[in-house]
Amino acid sequence: MAKPTTDKSTKVSEPEYPLTTMAVVAPLVGWLIPGGGHILLKRYGRGILLLVSVVAMFLIGLGMQGRIYKPNGGDILDILGFIGDVGSGALYFLARLMDWGNVMAANAAADYGKTFLIVAGLLNFIAAADAHHIALGKKP
Amino acid sequence: MTINLSHFSAAVVFALFASVVFGITQRNSTMEQVKYGLYCFALFVGGVFVAGWVMALIRR
Repeated sequence: MAKPTTDKSTKVSEPEYPLTTMAVVAPLVGWLIPGGGHILLKRYGRGILLLVSVVAMFLIGLGMQGRIYKPNGGDILDILGFIGDVGSGALYFLARLMDWGNVMAANAAADYGKTFLIVAGLLNFIAAADAHHIALGKKP
Repeated sequence: MTINLSHFSAAVVFALFASVVFGITQRNSTMEQVKYGLYCFALFVGGVFVAGWVMALIRR
């Protein structure tokens, strides 16, 4: 008579960091409101510093006559510029709504301003990913 | 409102805010975050000086 075998491969292992509702909501809030994900997770100091940094970079970029990219399907750099800009979340939508950054200034300061706007969005993406890791419990 | 920053001051402002975000997001404890933020800031500003000198030497 054959002995019953135990198949270990069918055993479902628990994920080390299970996905929770907060792990989805925190990065979304963090994207819309810079630092908002950290504030939602009660990391007030970090959240305020992120808020100040991203908002300041965005406003300085606008002040330097930086251009805000619109959704486009043209040049690859324009598409990447839009992806960077949209990282600022509500700031980007507010700027589009108020028609800020709709300039075509061709000077060095405007070029720096455009870079400030894109980098503000990219830094906000990093901050939102950090909020996700905190919510998962990967980071204190 | 228009902001007029020189190339150097724009680079320092950029370095400051980027370093704050890098420090907070890339390290765990507060002390590590401060140290990493300062390290990033020093590298950013140091990079500006190095690039500036390289360009000045190329121009000669």
